[in-house]
Amino acid sequence: MQTKHENRSVEDNSINAEEKAPLAYNVEQLNLWYADNHALQDISMKIPEKSVTAIIGPSGCGKSTFIKTLNRMTEMNPIVKTNGSIKYRENEIFAKNFSVEYLRTKVGMVFQNPNPFPKSIYDNVTYGPKIHGIKDKKTLDEIVERSLKKAAIWDETKDRLKENAFGLSGGQQQRLCIARCLAIEPDIILMDEPTSALDPISTLKIEELVQELKKDYTIVIVTHNMQQAARISDSTAFFLNGVIVEHDQTDKIFSSPEKKETEDYISGRFG
Amino acid sequence: MKFANTTVPQEVQKENSPQLSKRQIWNKVFKGVCFTATAFSIAMLLILLVRIVTQGAGFLDWGLLTNFASRNAEDAGLLAALAGTIWLMLVTAPVSFILGVGTAVYLEEYAPRNKFTNLLQTNISNLAGVPSVVFGLLGLTIFNRLMGMGASVIAGGLTLSLLVLPIIVVASREAISAVPTDVKHASYAMGATKWQTIFRIVVPTALPGVLTGTILALSRAIGETAPILVLGALTYVASTPSNLFSNFTAMPVQIYNWTGRPQQEFQDIAAAGIIILLLMLLVMNSIAVFIRSKFQKRF
Repeated sequence: MQTKHENRSVEDNSINAEEKAPLAYNVEQLNLWYADNHALQDISMKIPEKSVTAIIGPSGCGKSTFIKTLNRMTEMNPIVKTNGSIKYRENEIFAKNFSVEYLRTKVGMVFQNPNPFPKSIYDNVTYGPKIHGIKDKKTLDEIVERSLKKAAIWDETKDRLKENAFGLSGGQQQRLCIARCLAIEPDIILMDEPTSALDPISTLKIEELVQELKKDYTIVIVTHNMQQAARISDSTAFFLNGVIVEHDQTDKIFSSPEKKETEDYISGRFG
Repeated sequence: MKFANTTVPQEVQKENSPQLSKRQIWNKVFKGVCFTATAFSIAMLLILLVRIVTQGAGFLDWGLLTNFASRNAEDAGLLAALAGTIWLMLVTAPVSFILGVGTAVYLEEYAPRNKFTNLLQTNISNLAGVPSVVFGLLGLTIFNRLMGMGASVIAGGLTLSLLVLPIIVVASREAISAVPTDVKHASYAMGATKWQTIFRIVVPTALPGVLTGTILALSRAIGETAPILVLGALTYVASTPSNLFSNFTAMPVQIYNWTGRPQQEFQDIAAAGIIILLLMLLVMNSIAVFIRSKFQKRF
């Protein structure tokens, strides 16, 4: 009993020494297979809270797969097998008694293509709160206003809340999806290439939004765009062929990477 | 001579032109074939409609709708058949809708994708092509005899439900599988359970397609004669059904009965009855078109 306790505190100290901030995620020895394809190999990664972690790498390197394991969305695909450990704030997310619905309430996700529900703007934002049992009209109204304001889309939508979300432009739809995700008051926001389907101006708005949101949320963002990673993230992980080549402070990755592969990728020699 | 360089050399033109004209001829031939096929179908339908309308229109009057069947053609009416058909639809619509949509949701959202599911899927599509008489025999054996319902409204309604079930399942499955995966994932990613996702996202999004399929299936059920005859529906009923276990007759049965009689007058009121049945079908199909255009979600 005594020794066990000691071991744990030693481990805690080492994490604190390394990252200083409390951890949102601690991934250890994560492996994932699509049938026989070993898509993620021995991934270990610590994600500190209230920061932006960017994940970069060429297509097919496993970066999207990795972010989807963080809220267990990979389980939607029946051929996927995983082992290893992902701890979300000290809780093992693969544990039998750990509820995936709880995880996804704490960990919001923004997808590559804007995917609003075929409902009104108001109903899109209230979908999450409603499925978690909030019925009071006044509370829902407040959530809608707060979420749309946080996602910087309130001014454009406040007069048309009852209109169908498909009437919005692509960039507005994506910010609505962010608002929808904020409505359930998550702790972490996962973004899977959120700007790859958007024009430069919409992209800029989302990037500014990410900077604003990191004050309150932990953000993990997958991106194809290395300038984007350099602009908005605090730390960057470079994935290649299913392994993490390098994970460090963004400044360091982009100025003096340790590995040759990272340098080649960043300087545009492949990928 | 500004364009001298761009003119096509004589020999190339020669080589190309037969080839080109051959393709263009085929292009015209194919268009002609498709046009002829369409024209033939439309002509046949028009002949049918014109014949029915010219024969029956003169016999359309309120008496046709308010009288029971009779030995005298001038007194004969469709009241019992009309009421019977409406009762049948009141049973068939909810039963086939609930069973059909439930099956479609299970097959699309819950069933594991394996050989057994594929087999089931193929067989459901096959069932849509089984002759309706066979469903009549099934109804006769199970509902009428085995379950002791007799030739009642409920036995008829359940038989028709089974008959149109495959159509509703196939149409609903198509509508459900057309709901984008993206949107379903968005729901799951917010911590929704499968039930919440199905009930709040999948079914409402698929509803226009599901309802269109259901109404088209009911339009088929309303015109079916064989299964109801085999089940033992009476051809002469002098009362409207009073409950689910009443005897009944239906529009197509009454029309079939009249056309089988030798007197010309009965042929004429049969034509009038067909006009009424066609009008009912037209109304139902219009509702289907309306629902589809009004509620269709665009992605």
